[in-house]
Amino acid sequence: MSIKRNLVTIKGTKEGLVFRLDETIPFDDLLNELQEMLEHSHQTILSGPLVAIDIQFGSRDLSDEQKLQILDVMRSKRNLLVRSIEGSKSTELRENAVLRTPITTISGMVRSGQVLRHDGNLLFLGDVNPGGSIVCTGDIYILGALRGMAHAGSEGSEHAIVGASYLAPTQLRIAEVISRPPDHAEESSAHPHETQMEFAYLQDGQMQIDKMANIARLRRDLNVFKGV
Amino acid sequence: MGEAIVVTSGKGGVGKTTTTANIGTALALLGKKVCLVDTDIGLRNLDVVMGLENRIIYDICDVADGRCRLHQALVKDKRFEELYMLPAAQTKDKSALSPEQVRDIVLELKNEFQYVLIDCPAGIEQGFKNAIAGADQAIVVTTPENAAVRDADRVIGLLESSHIGSPKLVVNRIRPNMVKAGEMLDVDEVLQVLNIDLLGIVPDDEMVIKAANTGEPTVMNPDSKASIAYRNISRRIQGDTVPLMQLDEKKGRFSLFRRIFGGGKS
Repeated sequence: MSIKRNLVTIKGTKEGLVFRLDETIPFDDLLNELQEMLEHSHQTILSGPLVAIDIQFGSRDLSDEQKLQILDVMRSKRNLLVRSIEGSKSTELRENAVLRTPITTISGMVRSGQVLRHDGNLLFLGDVNPGGSIVCTGDIYILGALRGMAHAGSEGSEHAIVGASYLAPTQLRIAEVISRPPDHAEESSAHPHETQMEFAYLQDGQMQIDKMANIARLRRDLNVFKGV
Repeated sequence: MGEAIVVTSGKGGVGKTTTTANIGTALALLGKKVCLVDTDIGLRNLDVVMGLENRIIYDICDVADGRCRLHQALVKDKRFEELYMLPAAQTKDKSALSPEQVRDIVLELKNEFQYVLIDCPAGIEQGFKNAIAGADQAIVVTTPENAAVRDADRVIGLLESSHIGSPKLVVNRIRPNMVKAGEMLDVDEVLQVLNIDLLGIVPDDEMVIKAANTGEPTVMNPDSKASIAYRNISRRIQGDTVPLMQLDEKKGRFSLFRRIFGGGKS
């Protein structure tokens, strides 16, 4: 018999115990394994005084119902107090995967009422008009005017950015953060060519705008041209 | 085979009906055989603007449902031998027609007329779908206001994804004084957002209101600036190259000319 992989790993920390659940096996198997562990194999470590538990289920997509099932199993041990149940850092891994994917180029015009959705990073050649929106899981770069809405990192990536030749959006969204321009912005719409290319990014949960040339300060992994 | 052109805008009250009436009349003035079709079922007023209200016997719904032949429903204009109008029904609503029915009627009209101008109702629902069903081309009318431009943009998006493709733009009701004072969008700003070919610009003109009330399209009056603008538009429709009107004497001609001659879009 081959060596059994640990489907549930238990790790002790200062605050209590961390249960790491395997993210590849079927959910039902995982649940059985967890039950088995609690009731039989690990009886000794898991009995005693009240102990706080953090559960990490990795990149697995868990429905609320499935989370409840896990909690039910945990509850069978009176001394285990589940403090949190969450996907591990793998969302970050996924984000990094998105950021590293090559950029897709699409051209056209996004007019009022139209939504351009894209999975990954997007280079859009054209304008986004008021009432139109681009929603993207990665970065959005617009060679043109952004007058509508752009949502970068739409699945939660806070590292995503929105850049545009002419950045005058009705609203900007990055991950969960929503921002809009101030109500009395100086009237620059009459002279779009005088503005410079800018991008928006999140810093400590706040939307910031900077000029495109400074993007390397944010993205260390970019190839930077330094002259010869 | 003639050409069917739908006049649409999205927003109400920007001058679709006035534009239809005036371009149609101007084309007739150029000797073309023209039919105007009102698809604004339930809120028809092309007949009022044309001054033909009291001559209506049958309407487009009667034709669609086979209660009369197409020719019986056509109302001949008072001024031109070869200008006709197909009125909308006033007692029904938009659901009384289907896009297929309109397409068949327009197809039949195209056999006989050089230009079939279709007046579209406001909105983007059933009435809009009916109106664009038979059209080969589209004219989008907007005024230099953000709300109208926004709606025009929406409609352009819908047209571009329909069988019609790229529509042409008419910017209506421009007030040169307000534009100069920076209180109104200028044509360039509108074009920057909408990014389609400009067919013409029409200044705001009290004569237009007066004319519409008397049932006499403005184009008949050669003294009105709006009239010249509509005549220019109709000449462009038949393929002539006509420079844009100068609304403001002081403004350089070049920027306006550029739109016509170098104004090709990507």
